[in-house]
Amino acid sequence: MSGAFRLAGRGRIDTARPVVFRFDGRMVRGYAGDTVASALLAEGRHLMGRSFKYHRPRGPVSAGSDEPNALVGVGEGGRYTPNLRATQVEIHDGMVVVSQNRAPSLRFDIGALNTLAAPVLPAGFYYKTFMWPRGFWDKVYEPLIRRAAGLGRAPTAPDPDHYALHYAHCDVLVAGGGPAGLAAALAAGQAGARVILCDENVEFGGSLLVDTHSLIDGLPGMTWVARIVAELERLPNVQLLTRCSAFNYGPHNMVALNQRLSDHLAAPPADMPRERIWQVRARDVVLAAGALERVLVFEGNDRPGIMLASAARTYLHRYGVACGRKAVVVTADDAAYRVALDLAEAGVKIAAIADLRPTPGGPVVEAVQSRGIAVLPATTIQRAHGHLRVTGAELAPIGADGTVGRGRTIACDLVLMSGGFTPSLHLHSQARGALRFDDALGVYVPGESVERVRSAGSCRGIFALDEVLRDGVVAGLAAAGGETGPVWTVTRQDAPGAGGFAGALPRRGPGHLALAFVDFQNDVTAKDVKLAVREGFRSIEHVKRYTTTGMATDQGKGSNVNALAIVSDVLGRTPQEVGLTTYRPPYTPVTFGAFAGHARGDQFDPLRLPPMDAWARAQGVVFEDVGLWRRARYFPRAGEDMAAAVARECRAVRGAAGIFDASTLGKIEVVGPDAAEFMNRFYVNAWTKLSIGKCRYGLVCRDSGFVYDDGVVGRIATDRFHVTTTTGGAAGVLNMMEDYLQTEWPDLDVWLTSITEQWAVIALQGPRARDILAPLVDGLDISAGAMPHMTLREGSIGGVPMRLFRVSFTGELGYEINVPSRQAQAVWDRVWQAGAVFGLMPYGTEAMHVLRAEKGYLIVGQETDGTMTPGDVGCGWAVSKVKPDFVGKRALALPAMNAPDRLQMVGVLTDDPQEVLEEGMQLVTAAETPVPASAEGHVTSSYFSPALGRSIAIAMVKGGRSRMGAALYAPRLEGPALKVTLVDPVFYDPEGARLND
Amino acid sequence: MLLIDCPYCGPRAEIEFAYGGEAHIARPAADVSEEEWEAFLYLRDNTKGVLAERWRHAHGCGRFFNALRDTRTDRFHAFYEIGTPRPDVGDAA
Repeated sequence: MSGAFRLAGRGRIDTARPVVFRFDGRMVRGYAGDTVASALLAEGRHLMGRSFKYHRPRGPVSAGSDEPNALVGVGEGGRYTPNLRATQVEIHDGMVVVSQNRAPSLRFDIGALNTLAAPVLPAGFYYKTFMWPRGFWDKVYEPLIRRAAGLGRAPTAPDPDHYALHYAHCDVLVAGGGPAGLAAALAAGQAGARVILCDENVEFGGSLLVDTHSLIDGLPGMTWVARIVAELERLPNVQLLTRCSAFNYGPHNMVALNQRLSDHLAAPPADMPRERIWQVRARDVVLAAGALERVLVFEGNDRPGIMLASAARTYLHRYGVACGRKAVVVTADDAAYRVALDLAEAGVKIAAIADLRPTPGGPVVEAVQSRGIAVLPATTIQRAHGHLRVTGAELAPIGADGTVGRGRTIACDLVLMSGGFTPSLHLHSQARGALRFDDALGVYVPGESVERVRSAGSCRGIFALDEVLRDGVVAGLAAAGGETGPVWTVTRQDAPGAGGFAGALPRRGPGHLALAFVDFQNDVTAKDVKLAVREGFRSIEHVKRYTTTGMATDQGKGSNVNALAIVSDVLGRTPQEVGLTTYRPPYTPVTFGAFAGHARGDQFDPLRLPPMDAWARAQGVVFEDVGLWRRARYFPRAGEDMAAAVARECRAVRGAAGIFDASTLGKIEVVGPDAAEFMNRFYVNAWTKLSIGKCRYGLVCRDSGFVYDDGVVGRIATDRFHVTTTTGGAAGVLNMMEDYLQTEWPDLDVWLTSITEQWAVIALQGPRARDILAPLVDGLDISAGAMPHMTLREGSIGGVPMRLFRVSFTGELGYEINVPSRQAQAVWDRVWQAGAVFGLMPYGTEAMHVLRAEKGYLIVGQETDGTMTPGDVGCGWAVSKVKPDFVGKRALALPAMNAPDRLQMVGVLTDDPQEVLEEGMQLVTAAETPVPASAEGHVTSSYFSPALGRSIAIAMVKGGRSRMGAALYAPRLEGPALKVTLVDPVFYDPEGARLND
Repeated sequence: MLLIDCPYCGPRAEIEFAYGGEAHIARPAADVSEEEWEAFLYLRDNTKGVLAERWRHAHGCGRFFNALRDTRTDRFHAFYEIGTPRPDVGDAA
C-alpha cells in the first residue's frame, strides 16, 4: 500500500492500479480513483496551499467541491489550469500538480509575514491602507497587491484543448445523484418521463458513498446505489451524467451543466473535448443538491489537520485514508459521532468528543460512549495549536450561564469539526426561488419558486435517510406526472438528531478572533465581520463586499451561514431580518474554455467576405475590418506607404477611372402595390413623383427626428424600389422598416427583402468610366443624354443580368454595376481588362473616404452621432415639406430641432496646408483657452486631399453655416492650438460639373 | 434564457428573438402637442408586474408579436398578434 495513512481493504479506489504524479516536483504515489487531496493525505500530508491574504498554511477542509483551501494548479503549458480543488482533481499517471500562493516554497513562505501585519490588513483593507499617498498606487501598492494576492497564475500559452456545447431537452432534470436524486430519477423515469440525472462526482451515491452504516432493504448503501443505477441505465428515457455539475439556473428552466470529459485520463483521445457544456431546457427540475457541513469558527481553525467531520469520513470510506492518528472531535450535532465511530473502528484514536450542546444523547452518542470514547458535553474549543499541522486542541467547558471556563489542551494531529448541515440552496436561489428560515433547523430552506422546480432531500432540510428516499420519489413523481413510484425500506439508519451551530464559538477572555476564520480562502475572520458591522455596514450584501466574505471561488458554501450569524448577533437582529446574500452562478468554477466552446479563432465571429475578396488579396491589398466585413482598404505598389497608395488611387479616379468593390452596401427591395406609399411614410423624402428608372438620395430618420441611415434608392417599377443603405446599417434599417410595416401600417401591402448578399456592386468611377463600360453592356445606350446622373437601367453585361445605377460617391462620372454575386468576379474581370488601356486602377475604402470628403458627402455614423437632424448635416433639402407625415416629421418640427446654434456640418481648413487635423479634435474660440473649455464643435473627418494638394476636414460646429470664414482653434495635447477657418464643406468641383459629364 | 412561444412558429429560445419594448404604444398623428409626442417617444411605465411587450422573431419568421410577461418572474401569460387587444389575465403573478 502506498502512503503510511492508507488503510488496506477500504475505500473505492483501485489498489491494483497504482498511479504516480508530481506535486511541487516531488513524486507522489496513489491509486486509480484517488484525488490529489486523498493521495497526499494518504502520505500524512495536509499542507496543500497558502491562503489569499495572509499566506497562512492550509490543508483541505472538505472532500468535495466546497473546498476553500486546497487549491492547486494542474497541467503544463497551455493546459495549465489554476485554482482547481485538490479534493476533486482525479489523479492520473504523469500528472503535474503545483501548490499556489507560496514563495519560495509551501513549507516556508515569505508572504506569511502578512499574518504579523494583520493589524494593517483588516476588513476593507483595500479601501483603507493603500489610500495614501496617491502617487504610490500605480507604482507601489497595486503591483504589490497583485503579486501578493490573487490565486493561481493564468496560463499564457493558447489552450490546445477543445470544448463542446450541447443543447438538450428533457421532461425532468435531476441535479444531484445522492439518495434523493436517485429516487427522484427512478420514479420519474419509470413514469415514462425523459430524464437527465447529473452529478458532479465521479460516481452516483452522494452521502451513501460514505455511509457504511445505513441499510436499505437490508443492503449497504452503495449496493443499493449500484442496483438503482443499473435500473436507470436500463431505462432508454433516462440519461446519466457523472463528473457533471449543474452550475447555472437560468429563466424558464434553462440549466447549464459542465461535464468534465478528459481531465482524469492520462492519454485522452485527441478528438475528445476536454469539457462539454450542456444547455438543458427542462420542463421540470428536481434539485437534489444535498447539504454541506458547516465549519466552526474558533482561533486557529484554519490549521492543516483541522477539517469537517464528514470530510474525514469521506477520505476513510472513498479513499481508504485515515486523516490522522489521534483526533479530537468538536461538534454541535449527532452526525460527527458516527464519523468518530467509523474512524475508531478503522484504528484512529478519538481523544475526545467536545459537544457544544449541554445534553447530547441518543443511540449514536451511547454507542460512542460504550466504546470508551470520552464525550464532553457543553464544551467548546478555545483554540487550536500548531503551525504547519495542528498539534493540539484547547477544550474549555461552557457554563450554564454561557461563560467559558478554563481550558485544557489535548494533543492530537487531527481536529474534526461539525457545525451541522446547511442545505445547498444555490440553484434554487439562482432560479429566483424564495428562501425561508427554518427556526427548528436554524438554517434557510427553499421557499416558493417562480419556476417548475422542486427540491428534494437534505437540500430542503430533510435529513433522515428514509424520509429522503420518500421525498425523492414524491418529487420525481410530481415532476413526471406519475402516480406510483418505487418503495424502499430503510432497515438501519442514524436519526438526524437536533443541534447545529452558526457564528463564532463561545470563548474565554478576549482571545484572538482575528485568527478565527469565517471565509478561509479570502482570509476573512470573525473579527473582520464584526468590524464591518461596527463601521456601519448593516446590509449583509455590504458586509459581503466590504469584507469579501463569501466572494471566493467556493462562493461562500462553507462560510455564508457563519457570517450571517455573526452579523445578526452583533446587530441584535434575527437571521431572517438580516437575510442572505444573493447566490450567483456559477455553483462551482467553470473554465473559460468551456464557456467559449467552439467560438474561438475564426469561429469567434463570422467573417463576411465581399465577392472580389480573393481578387483583392491576389493584388496584395491591405484589408480593414468594417463590422463583420473584411474590405479592401488600399492597394499598395512596391515601395508605397498608405499615403502614397491612397494618393495614387485618388488621382486615378479623378484623372481616368477607378474600380471599387462596393458589394457590402446594404440593399433592400421594397415591393408591392403600396411600395411608394411605404417609402413616403418611411423616408423623409418624397417618392411618389420619382419615375421608373430614376434614383434619389434617401434619408431615414427615427421618430426622434435624428438621422439614422442614408443611401441611394432607385425605382425599378411602379411597385418596386431598389433601396441601398450604409454597410453597417442594413440589418437595422430592415428591422425598422419591418417594425413600422407590421405594427404601425398593417394597411400597406408591401414586402421587404434583404438583397445585400444577392447583388454584388462594382463601382466604376472617373472621367473614363463611360468609355470603359459602354462596349460591355450588351447594346444598352449609356450616353450622357440617354442615361444621365441619378438614373438606373436594367440590362445585361456580357450576358449577366445587371441593374446599372449611374450614381457617384466620388464626385466623378460614375456607375454602380449591380450583378448577381456569383457572377460578380467574371464581370469584374471583364471591366478590369477593358479598363487597362484607360488607366483603370482598383481603389479601396481609404481612397473612397478621401474622395467623398473632397465632395463634402457625409457618412452616417461619422459625421452623425445619433443627435443630428437632416438640417444639421446639410440635407434639409431632402426633407419633404408637403407630406402629411413621415417617420421623424413631428420631431423635426420641435423648436429645439431648428435652433440656430445647433451643430452644423462645415468644412475646415488649417492655416498650414500640410497639417492634417485629428478626427475627434475639439474646436474652441481662442488659441489660449482655460481648461475646462466649452467646445464650439468637433472634427468628424480629416484627410490630406491629393486633388487640392492640401489637408481638408469636415466638422460639426455650433451655428456653423452662418460662421463661414470665421476662425476657430483646435487645441492639441502638445504644441500650440491649430488655427482653422470655417468653409463650405464641398471642397472639390462645387458646381458638380464632373458628376453630370 | 427565456422560452418564447412565437404565435407563428411555436416555442423557441430567446436568442432567436429581438426585444421590441413596451407594446400598445400608438404612434400619434403628426399634429399632436409636443407633450404628447414626448410621451410617445420617451415615457414608459417601467412596470413591476405584468407588462405587455413586443418581440420580433428576428431569426425565425421575422414577425412582430406581443407578449404579456411578469417582470418579477419572467413568466409569460400570453402571446398574441400585433393589432389585437391585450388579453385579460387578471392580476396574475
